[in-house]
Amino acid sequence: MNEAHIERMKDLPSTHLLGAGTALCAGCGGLEMLKEAYDILGENTIFVNAAGCMTLMSIYPFTPFRGSWLYTSIASAPAGAQGVRDALDVLKQSGRMSEEEDLQVVVLTGDGAASGIGLSSTSGAIDRDLDFIYLCYDNEGYGNTGQQTSPETPHGARTATDAVAAGFPGSKKDLFAVWAANRPAYVATVIGSEALDLARKIEKAKELEGPRMIISLAPCPTGWGYDPKETVEIGRLAVKTGIWPLKEYVDGKIRHTINPGSRRPVEDYLSRQRRYAHLFEPERNEKVLAEIQQGVDDYWAAVDAEES
Amino acid sequence: MPRKLLTGNGAAAWGARLAEADYVPAFPITPQTEIIETLAKWIGKKEMAARMVNMDSEHSMITAAGSAAATGVRVFTATSSQGLLYGLEMLYTVAGWRAPFVLVNVSRGLAAPITMEPDHNDILAARDCGFLQIHCATCQEVVDSVLMAYRMAEHTDVRLPVIVNLDGFYLSFTREPVDLPDADKVREFLPAFDPHETKFRAGEPVSQAVAVLGGGPYSYFRYETHLAALKSLDVYKEVEDDFADLFGRRHGVLESYRAEDAEIVFVMMGSFATKAKEAVDRLRDSGEAIGLVRPRLLRPFPAEDLRQILCGKKGVAVIDQNLSVGMGGILYSEISAALYGRKDAPPIITSFIGGLGGRDIKPEEFYEMITTTKLAIFNKMTPPPRLLYTAQELREIRKLQGIAHVEKEDKANVKAEETKP
Repeated sequence: MNEAHIERMKDLPSTHLLGAGTALCAGCGGLEMLKEAYDILGENTIFVNAAGCMTLMSIYPFTPFRGSWLYTSIASAPAGAQGVRDALDVLKQSGRMSEEEDLQVVVLTGDGAASGIGLSSTSGAIDRDLDFIYLCYDNEGYGNTGQQTSPETPHGARTATDAVAAGFPGSKKDLFAVWAANRPAYVATVIGSEALDLARKIEKAKELEGPRMIISLAPCPTGWGYDPKETVEIGRLAVKTGIWPLKEYVDGKIRHTINPGSRRPVEDYLSRQRRYAHLFEPERNEKVLAEIQQGVDDYWAAVDAEES
Repeated sequence: MPRKLLTGNGAAAWGARLAEADYVPAFPITPQTEIIETLAKWIGKKEMAARMVNMDSEHSMITAAGSAAATGVRVFTATSSQGLLYGLEMLYTVAGWRAPFVLVNVSRGLAAPITMEPDHNDILAARDCGFLQIHCATCQEVVDSVLMAYRMAEHTDVRLPVIVNLDGFYLSFTREPVDLPDADKVREFLPAFDPHETKFRAGEPVSQAVAVLGGGPYSYFRYETHLAALKSLDVYKEVEDDFADLFGRRHGVLESYRAEDAEIVFVMMGSFATKAKEAVDRLRDSGEAIGLVRPRLLRPFPAEDLRQILCGKKGVAVIDQNLSVGMGGILYSEISAALYGRKDAPPIITSFIGGLGGRDIKPEEFYEMITTTKLAIFNKMTPPPRLLYTAQELREIRKLQGIAHVEKEDKANVKAEETKP
């Protein structure tokens, strides 16, 4: 990547840092995001990982990363980042390490770690104004163990542990709002299928200091039930239906970076995934479908009122 | 430096200060809190150059301690009891990283019922995690052991974290005169931490703590950690000699008190062993050949050193300040395993549980333990583990239960009154 800011698709890096041949599933939306993000983050990055799908990126003695890696535990990756960041700062301040040897500390976890079991250590890192980037691949469930319900599982989706007729009765936790409420340096939502928007947000995050969160919806062929070749299409539909708003929080303000305008009905997104099949067959569950559409409509009505 | 009156907690803080720890991730818990408060005060007054960070839990605290050590700085941290157990997952994890740092645990009984005073179930829950363990009985030992622990942890043949343990209240809040090691001599004894190639720097990519597939690689790394822990026993002896040369005090892998010519030997850990020493003296006064052995190292386990002292004795009385529910004393199992089948192994090893939640062990109880052990030797029959409790204590708990029951009955009566038509 050169010094110029990313404006157009042709500004995106044409060579890639992340190696191929990892143990991740074909069509992984999280891997799509990571591949794009890593090109912008660069090799002077240390990934501090929590237990999840991405833990299988580095299996002894192989790694697809050009930079460093530390696996911690499912609940404490941000605390691991704290120790690394503080140690690097101590070394720099005491003259035991040069500025050139410094690293960008990046936490890499799934949504279960980010919104559930690891929320305490995340919250602590925000309180302490830790200088780090958090990359969350949100596949809306505990994907690595077979898609059980997580705090990010959306309303009506069936999971391995919400196999009931109407799917998960609760609703997806608003991790963006949890972060933004605590006034960190940066929060953004991204998706691999919107590569330019993603690259610009990673670039912006990289230029800031303090706690920075990038939440990526990570379409998951195995967990959501669709053909791996459809990952990009499912991602685009998540944006076009308005289900996955692309936005950023910076300087106390939330801004939507892509407004889908005339939104496609949520059914166009839902009907492509087996986790929602029970809403269409053997008969349509009009109640739940209407609840999901209403949730999206209400969200965007509030956005339009706010931003107009 | 002159002798100072210090609490066990103060001595632990001085250990971190003299070791010139770079980084202190912290989380409060009684009875450890005084350690981190003391360090915070020194750091605030710039008497100590470390960076301290208030973490959100002990789980996070131990993660940050491990990751900072893995990045290449000298780390100190402290906790107690529930905190140690809350972070237990990370104790195993950071030991597996081979991240060398020192954690002081101030022992306190575990919930439930929740209590403040000490026993060793907390520290023994961490027995198998890969941290080495040094158990202290005096405030002097605390400061010295912290310094020795860094030498051991950072040794290239070891690279394992170390827990220095002291008993809550009995040692943490007890003031004793402590000979503070001279700072320049400490620098000579303990040079700055050199992480060698195991660190994170731009341009030198390293993957630490990666996954393995299958039992082969997993077993390899686990065995390697175990062998390093065993090796640390030799390293300890080197460190012990260096420490004795520089500071004139020797802290061995175990403390042997009047045990050489003893026929029966008490074995126990921690500050309560000072009570046993007193009992040994009284028993010696009355002509009984009794001694005491107090292991200071629990991991690595100094089995050979213990055998050298205990083999040839008529009996050993192991006092466990812990309770493995459904089994008995943890130290008893370890001592028995070290002695069984060895030449001249004592024919009788008796087991006593005492000092739970800070419960005192009275001189009479030590005498009774010797009587029980002598009887067992005479009968050639090992008695079941004995739970120390006096008739007086039983009367007191019955009184408390009486009050609890009266309350319950009163409430039931009131309710019965209210629901009458």
